[in-house]
Amino acid sequence: MKLGTLTLALAMMAGTAMAEGVMAPQDVEFDDYGSVEQSLTGKPGDPENGLKVYASKGSGNCVACHKIDAIDAAFPGNVGPELTGAGDRWSEAELRGILVNSKKTFPGTVMPAYYKVDGFIRPGNAYTGKAADDSFGPLLTAWEIEDLVAFLSALKE
Amino acid sequence: MNFKTLSVVAAVALAMPALGSADPDDDTLIINEEIEVATKVEPAEHLDGALYEVISGWHFRNDDTQAMEMDDFDNPAMLGAENGMAIWNTADGSEGKSCADCHGDAAESMKGVKATYPKFDEKAGTLMTVQMKVNECRTERMGAEAWSYDAGPAIDMEAMIGSQSRGMPMNVAIDGPAEPFWEKGKEIYYTRYGQLELSCASCHEENYGNMIRADHLSQGQTNGFPTYRLKNAKLNGAHSRFKGCIRDTRAETFNPGSDEFIALELYVASRGNGLGVESPSVRN
Ligand code: HEC
Ligand code: HEC
Repeated sequence: MKLGTLTLALAMMAGTAMAEGVMAPQDVEFDDYGSVEQSLTGKPGDPENGLKVYASKGSGNCVACHKIDAIDAAFPGNVGPELTGAGDRWSEAELRGILVNSKKTFPGTVMPAYYKVDGFIRPGNAYTGKAADDSFGPLLTAWEIEDLVAFLSALKE
Repeated sequence: MNFKTLSVVAAVALAMPALGSADPDDDTLIINEEIEVATKVEPAEHLDGALYEVISGWHFRNDDTQAMEMDDFDNPAMLGAENGMAIWNTADGSEGKSCADCHGDAAESMKGVKATYPKFDEKAGTLMTVQMKVNECRTERMGAEAWSYDAGPAIDMEAMIGSQSRGMPMNVAIDGPAEPFWEKGKEIYYTRYGQLELSCASCHEENYGNMIRADHLSQGQTNGFPTYRLKNAKLNGAHSRFKGCIRDTRAETFNPGSDEFIALELYVASRGNGLGVESPSVRN
């Protein structure tokens, strides 16, 4: 097997593994305060990847609105509160809920919902300005949400 | 100075504007040492307390960008306005007429236009923007083709016409036949579009003065349009700006010249009633 085929086969395996045991956005259950108890993947997240998702523009881009003292990301915004010490203030379930759909925790907040696929007005195809098509999915994957939960939980002062 | 100190200094210099510019500044805008422009005014009553002060986007830009707008020789947008003036004086279309043939000196006939548009037009029975009005003259009186919205000649002409109102207070009418358009524009302004579920108000009412990544959010006022953006180095129309902002919410946008953006332009302009006209302005 050539290397190309091998990586493709691996990618496909990863694809199936992802579909299995991963909670779909429509199936997530919130408690009355917006928390989500159950892990979206059933596996602990990877905090290092969580940091990447947090800081990179093409991914979570959380730095557009938030700042964390210990992290040296370019141009942190201040539309949202500083997340320094977020792990002291919030449990994992609360953080998961804030990421999946922050509006269940903070009604009316400007913070986007990262694991939601319906209820949008004129949803677009990423940043093209065109209408959404079949490729439309949540802003982040279940794995990325869990990585962020792990990363934020570790932010203690 | 060794390399290390230099990069530290550079890093600090880069960080400064972001930190230092959290609030609109207190500078005064006088163009060509002559035209005083009101850039901070009392909100109109129809804003219902949504803003406690109405502030031009000029205050949210850095000193260099601000300075470019204060002198026509430094203002790159004036090249577009000059081209608009050349077109004004040039005959076009099957009737062989120029704008000047009917309207004479733009400095007189076009004074105050930008301050009161979009405006309900009795004859057309609808709300019209400056660009629509120009196209009406072109197609109905000059026998020329309509220009496409926010593009080349249309935006240069709008810049020239806008410049004739500099310093005059924005004063669009929102009552009478304009009211249903205003209501529609207001609804669009507060609708949370796209996958990011953000409305105009999410950024420009709730968060002006804050930083969203490297962008210093203003109130999104239109008193400076058309505006020369350093980012794309050309004149930009208000509708094109609206389109870009809606696209950034990961939404399906509306198009320049659409009924939605015409109504939205009236509503946004009315939020800025009282601000001095800056057209054509400079922004980043
Ligand atoms: C468009 C702005 C915006 C973006 C982007 C954004 N947030 Fe937020 N976030 C907010 C705001 C505003 C709040 C405060 C909630 C409120 O009262 O509205 C908040 C609150 C939070 C909180 C609770 C903070 C506290 O201590 O009270 C966490 C945790 C959080 N965000 C994490 C994230 C992460 C992780 C991302 C990226 C995946 C993200 N946010 C992206 C605006 C944003
Ligand atoms: C995700 C945030 C966001 C949203 C939502 C948004 N804008 Fe903007 N807007 C910006 C940024 C960033 C700028 C550039 C900096 C500035 O002037 O605020 C801008 C600039 C503008 C300007 C130019 C202001 C000037 O002085 O040149 C106008 C007008 C404007 N927006 C109108 C709107 C309208 C109308 C809507 C809704 C249809 C909207 N914006 C939605 C982020 C946003």
